[in-house]
Amino acid sequence: MTNLELAKAANRVRKGIVSSVHSAKAGHPGGSLSAADVYTFLYFEEMNVDPENPKDPDRDRFVLSKGHTAPGYYSTLANRGFFPVEDLLTLRKLGSYLQGHPDMKHIPGVDMSSGSLGQGISAAVGMALAGKMDKKDYRVYTLLGDGEIQEGQVWEASMFAGARNLDNLCVIVDNNGLQIDGRIEDVCSPYPIDQKFEAFNFHVINVDAHNFDELRAAFAEARAQKGKPTAIIAHSVKGKGVSFMENNAGWHGKAPNDEEYATAMADLEKIDAELEKAGEA
Amino acid sequence: MADVKKIATRESYGNALAEVGKDYPNLVVLDADLAGATKTSTFQKAFPDRHIDCGIAECNMVGIAAGLSTTGKIPFVSSFAMFAAGRAFEQVRNSVGYPHLNVKIGATHAGITVGEDGASHQCNEDLALMRTIPGMVVMCPSDDVEAKAAVRAAVEHEGPVYLRFGRSAVPVINDRPEYSFKIGKGEVLREGTDVTIVATGICVATALEAAEKLAADGVSAEVINICTIKPLDEELIIASAKKTGKVVTAEEHSVIGGLGSAVCDALCKAAPTPVCKIGMQDVFGESGAANALVEKYGLDGEGIYRQVKEFMK
Repeated sequence: MTNLELAKAANRVRKGIVSSVHSAKAGHPGGSLSAADVYTFLYFEEMNVDPENPKDPDRDRFVLSKGHTAPGYYSTLANRGFFPVEDLLTLRKLGSYLQGHPDMKHIPGVDMSSGSLGQGISAAVGMALAGKMDKKDYRVYTLLGDGEIQEGQVWEASMFAGARNLDNLCVIVDNNGLQIDGRIEDVCSPYPIDQKFEAFNFHVINVDAHNFDELRAAFAEARAQKGKPTAIIAHSVKGKGVSFMENNAGWHGKAPNDEEYATAMADLEKIDAELEKAGEA
Repeated sequence: MADVKKIATRESYGNALAEVGKDYPNLVVLDADLAGATKTSTFQKAFPDRHIDCGIAECNMVGIAAGLSTTGKIPFVSSFAMFAAGRAFEQVRNSVGYPHLNVKIGATHAGITVGEDGASHQCNEDLALMRTIPGMVVMCPSDDVEAKAAVRAAVEHEGPVYLRFGRSAVPVINDRPEYSFKIGKGEVLREGTDVTIVATGICVATALEAAEKLAADGVSAEVINICTIKPLDEELIIASAKKTGKVVTAEEHSVIGGLGSAVCDALCKAAPTPVCKIGMQDVFGESGAANALVEKYGLDGEGIYRQVKEFMK
């Protein structure tokens, strides 16, 4: 896909995030929006997946280690054709398969249940290890929050992946700089993130999480990397795309009311209009 | 019981893995730097490429096993019960139990028979923790024969299983031609009419000893071996409780949440019966020789005999 097509898809993903969280009256929009471009690039460009055959044993895998940003994940899967986009409005509602956090048993395309921070990366490492044991060439991607890496299990998993040279593993850290209680460096700084992963024998790439050229180059570089897993530190803006949510920790886990929803959707419509204009130019 | 063959169930575990591993090429074993102690080293020798030492990181090990299982492998994760069920409880709950993945947890060095290492390593809480997880099968084999049968049954069962093994050698009590094993099935090892002793793990052999002593006093004790704590063979226990009217449970585990609690849960609605729970009475263990600890905490034949007599008064 061209960057323009990707940007349009990402904006559809963002609309799905805002709509589903508004409908649920709860959920995590901030970290879903910051990762929307990464989600879009992975599912529309990078990963070998097929919505018609979501359990294909040779598919690439994705584990959302920062499981609370399920609205971004679900919106991406829905827009990619794994399930109907209309179902996003059932998010978190009783009886819906779209649970508050990813549930592999009931959601098409979800490779691993997650939500308890620090655990997803270990499962991703297990999938990558299985790929090596079985001499399969699928790749495994896992998305972590920058606050999440305060969990010790992340480093247990990273030590194992680095020590085992799991070059089929790509860890992405959504570095939006904010966690529930505030700025990550004020709460308990995980910086320097890149040097930490380097010390665990990862190949590390820093990128602008909202620049598809940089994402394209980074994932290609990760694929070419032999003998080491890759960590992509994706420098992002929390709440990206919705004016009043951007860089505001208060929108980590809060739903917009009707008025805020209207403003948010207007922001995203404006982006759509700009993208349309760019397409005509 | 000097003339009886004795073997630690952790030895049986390692041997069973190496044996069953031949039939299941997708069976893999994970350990956390304790392969020599948990005896997964026996499997490692037979199948070096299918043994993964994760280092001292049990939480990550459980997560890796979860990931492996999503690709069709049957992972056994091994560590001491304290770390497999204790430290990694939430990983077992969320990464294995909630998605109902086909991961088997082989936990060794459970209970006070860890011995000299003391209370920090004596896990008397694992059965309680594991049986609260929906869909988890929980087994606590009593001897070599049952441990090996339980491992094979665990592999044949689709879904998460917790297996509890001990460090110290225990008598072989199930070595008989007609022996068969089925998950969820208890077994009456000795019939009686005055009291039912429901035992698990190392306490099955000592309950049989106690029943012998009780018989000399004219008390007829029925002894039931419960290997599967969950799902519990409620039918067998209820029928026996209705017959004898008195139930004693015996386990190398806290009396809170383990076999005793499971038996009470089964009886309270269907057949309310007085129950005496023998086990660790809401206390931590301590350092000492395993047999000395078993005696001190009343889990040997004499201890169970004494407590049953007291209960029968």
